[in-house]
Amino acid sequence: MEYEVVIGLEIHLELQTQSKLFCSCSTSFGKEPNTNCCPVCLGLPGSLPVFNRKAIELAVTAALALSSEVQLSSRFDRKNYHYPDLPKAYQVSQYEKPVALGGCLKLEIDNEPKLVNLERVHLEEEAGKLIHSGVSILGSDYSLVDYNRAGIPLLEIVTKPDLCSGREARLFLEELRMMLLYSGASDCKMEEGSLRCDANISLRPRGSEVLGTKAEVKNMNSFRAVEMALNYEAERQRQILVSGGSIIQQTCHWDEEEKITIPLRSKEGSSDYRYFPEPDLLPLLLEEKEIRKLKAGLPESPAERRLRLREEYGLGKREVSLFTANRSLGDYFEKVGLKYKDYGNLARWIQGDYLYQLRETGKSEDALEPDKFVELLVLLDNGDINRSVAKELLAEMMISGESPSRLVSEKGLKQISGQDQLLPLVEKVIAENPDAVNNYLSGKEKALKFLMGKVMAQSGGRADPGEVNKLLKNKIVE
Amino acid sequence: MAIDFSKDVEHVAKLARLELTTEEKEKMAGQLSDILDTARRIQELNTDAVEPTSHVIEFPATMRDDLVGESLTLNRVLQNAPMREKDFFRVPGIAKNGNDEQ
Amino acid sequence: MKLYQKTVFELSRLMSSREVSSVEVTQSFLDRIEEVEPFVRAFITHTPAMALETASLVDRKRSNGEKLQPLAGVPLAIKDNISTEGLRTTCASKILENYIPPYDATVVEIIKKTGMPLLGKTNMDEFAMGSSTENSAFFTTRNPWDLEKVPGGSSGGSAVAVSTGMAPLALGSDTGGSIRQPASFCGLYGLRPTYGRISRYGLIAFASSLDQIGPFAMNPADCAMLLGLLAGHDPRDSTSYPEKAPDYLSAMENRNDKLKIGILKHNSENGFDPEVKDAVNRMAGLLEKEGFTIDQVELPRTDYGLGAYYLIAPSEASSNLGRYDGVRYGYNGGGDNLENMFSRTRGAGFGPEVKRRIMIGTYALSAGYYDAYYLKAMKVRTLIRQDYKEAFKKFDLIIGPATPTPAFRIGEKADDPLEMYLSDVCNITDALAGVPSLSAPAGMHSNGTPLGLQLTAPPFCEGRLFNVANYIYRNRDPQLPERPAVRFPEGGAE
Ligand SMILES: [Mg+2]
Ligand SMILES: [Zn+2]
Repeated sequence: MEYEVVIGLEIHLELQTQSKLFCSCSTSFGKEPNTNCCPVCLGLPGSLPVFNRKAIELAVTAALALSSEVQLSSRFDRKNYHYPDLPKAYQVSQYEKPVALGGCLKLEIDNEPKLVNLERVHLEEEAGKLIHSGVSILGSDYSLVDYNRAGIPLLEIVTKPDLCSGREARLFLEELRMMLLYSGASDCKMEEGSLRCDANISLRPRGSEVLGTKAEVKNMNSFRAVEMALNYEAERQRQILVSGGSIIQQTCHWDEEEKITIPLRSKEGSSDYRYFPEPDLLPLLLEEKEIRKLKAGLPESPAERRLRLREEYGLGKREVSLFTANRSLGDYFEKVGLKYKDYGNLARWIQGDYLYQLRETGKSEDALEPDKFVELLVLLDNGDINRSVAKELLAEMMISGESPSRLVSEKGLKQISGQDQLLPLVEKVIAENPDAVNNYLSGKEKALKFLMGKVMAQSGGRADPGEVNKLLKNKIVE
Repeated sequence: MAIDFSKDVEHVAKLARLELTTEEKEKMAGQLSDILDTARRIQELNTDAVEPTSHVIEFPATMRDDLVGESLTLNRVLQNAPMREKDFFRVPGIAKNGNDEQ
Repeated sequence: MKLYQKTVFELSRLMSSREVSSVEVTQSFLDRIEEVEPFVRAFITHTPAMALETASLVDRKRSNGEKLQPLAGVPLAIKDNISTEGLRTTCASKILENYIPPYDATVVEIIKKTGMPLLGKTNMDEFAMGSSTENSAFFTTRNPWDLEKVPGGSSGGSAVAVSTGMAPLALGSDTGGSIRQPASFCGLYGLRPTYGRISRYGLIAFASSLDQIGPFAMNPADCAMLLGLLAGHDPRDSTSYPEKAPDYLSAMENRNDKLKIGILKHNSENGFDPEVKDAVNRMAGLLEKEGFTIDQVELPRTDYGLGAYYLIAPSEASSNLGRYDGVRYGYNGGGDNLENMFSRTRGAGFGPEVKRRIMIGTYALSAGYYDAYYLKAMKVRTLIRQDYKEAFKKFDLIIGPATPTPAFRIGEKADDPLEMYLSDVCNITDALAGVPSLSAPAGMHSNGTPLGLQLTAPPFCEGRLFNVANYIYRNRDPQLPERPAVRFPEGGAE
């Protein structure tokens, strides 16, 4: 029997606020343990939560960006369970009435459109961090608790089971991450734990409508890990089914070292979270006016940007995707493009030499003044400098910020062109390299390159290569 | 029909993380059955079209601006910790088969 | 007349005219504590040094000509479930026996800013769960009118402190009667304000949707002064009422003769002492003579209040008390793994009544039972609120007994939780509805302990309660003692 894989994701991301969801402690990452804590986020007896307005705005913004329907009235509930990273023994979360319902994300996978629907978007608080004495939770003699993270606002996004493979899950996450980065709701740093993903995965006979028994996969710490873990888990389940076994509902941990999923515990008869409405917080009431305002303030989405880059600038797929994924590089492209209309050439320069220079220098995407970039390209277009000089100049401009025209005149880099100047060089090179000339005449194209190199070297790299090429050919044939 | 809580005592005590002695469990089973019997009288009231009240308050929730305020000093955070190691709270490890949450 | 016998109003006047100092006033109460406390045991923690320090600071400020609040220099006692920075706050529980909060409750902040000397933290039922103060993990407080009887609870220590003159004012908390019931048993004024009127920030939660801090005092004016000081918006409590508090004292002075008062008709008066009913009728007669209109009022569904309350309060409590797990603060019961550390800490750290409520609450919220218990109770709460709304369309105020019986013997109900719960039956529905409610002395029972009248007003109409209570206060029987006589047994109570 052929099986198809059904995957739904639960994504948690930290919202980009300065202070925590219910108290004014800082959310900054990497602070000394237990220093971003107060009576509220430590759950000290008698402390009470108060909404951070910004966290709510960011949650609504993210929901709007994902076309999820923002609810005018939502509610916070307590999810009760005992764990040392949970200071109040309950997590304030949204259960029955989340801040937004539904929504979707459009992907393009192998040139095919793919729609992934969302179940809901809700707001909740982050837990603290446990540091285990051993390598993992199990088998550790003791653990240490740091509550710096406790109470940071989290957005939970739950998808419908619309994904069919580890790869689809990864592509979805990449697109989702970009959407949320664009919306400004989160910095989505997986390495700092500000974006995390758990997955529910099951198999069913192809064509069946009924969902199979699922496993929950946790501890996937990168998009690549998500892809590998889900592919591994799908294969594990397939083998069980093929050999006539059945899947038990359980939670698995992805083991990054061994590249396998490890069943953690049986889910059966376990969690009873005893949800009930949080009495310390009143319902969250939003006004249409506020929502409209946040919607109007939404920045361009990645999809809108892709469309615009394609239509406005006529860019190709690769460039479009680069300038969308690397938003500030794309912004820079557009800024230079205001004064330089050969967008194709510009895009090539930016994704080629400019990007290379950015990596070399570690500078930010807008390191070079756009006007200077334009100046450089115009010098090249007008034949005032040749391409290799232009590359050299770019490298130098990145460091000194000097104007390219000034560098050209200071260093005498102006291109040498015209028979008057070039012919003597060409003739000299032909005279000095009879072997190469003969080789070329006997059909070896490579020999011409060699001769070109000689002429360029004679000119100090400044000769117009096109012209040199033409002159060489003419002279040899003569 | 009276409620018999005795079958639930064990399970509920586990959920609530309460270690109870056998004597406590027995006593509790009887007392809680009586209490629930009384409480259950509310079933007599018809509440079909009634919305639940979780708050008696009729004004909007207080909100705060996203400003960082002062946190407690590390000493104050840890001053009541029953078990402390360096700047952390310390807890024993999880039993190999005990955990069923998180 | 000694200083401790004077009203707060009078003490405030004497201090602002500089006839007496706050140190003298405070010392008078401290002396009284030495005299009475060994017999009644109202305090878990005594803070005489702190009190005198605050008092002398206030005196210095006053002699420097600083403008001070009327309550500056007036000492008070605080229930031990209200957080005090650097000062042990136990909730009368073994689990918090050595807990020292690193912060002040909002009310404590106000009290400190005002310069009210803190005399100590008072005894209570553990986590405010109880009606007799017998559930304290440390000791039982005794009713000063009869040392063999309970003072009521859970704020028993605060009620006793004020009624014996150990403190002119005290703070308690009322979740389902914990201020009004002990006020009634001890013969003083105890107010449960409207839910949201006083900040709960720093009040250690029992049942969050019901808990309110409130004052105990010997007369309505003193009570109004303390409410006026503490009521107001607190940005740290999301459920705190955004409006400023009115001047309750002047509201109290305004005559309101045309008010319509409903006298509550109880559907069932099972277990009600006949003298209680007489006392209520006597008070109604008194008010009628003063020009108020009196008629019967019914709150038909309040009979179900007890059932709803004993599901809602324990449910919230089971969640609020989850945090006592031996990790961050409080008692730790040991154990070699996480699970048994949690269970041992909680099993050994909580007393029997707290464990019972955690069990009921956990059960009522658990999968499969939520709809039938918790959700149903919340719907009943809606119906009870509707009853009040209806009643307040016709009446400006509702009166009834504050307790079904006078104070009972220590130990009498200790082994019968259900009987104990019934002693709050008059107080619970006001709490469920979130309305303000005041217990006022209404004469004596033939057994020699006080009886109380409960006055209930619409939300945020505390001024009306003081106004009407003041008629009762002014017309009190001069034959009856205001305070219990200090005729304690030779050699101590225990
Ligand atoms: Mg979640
Ligand atoms: Zn905090």
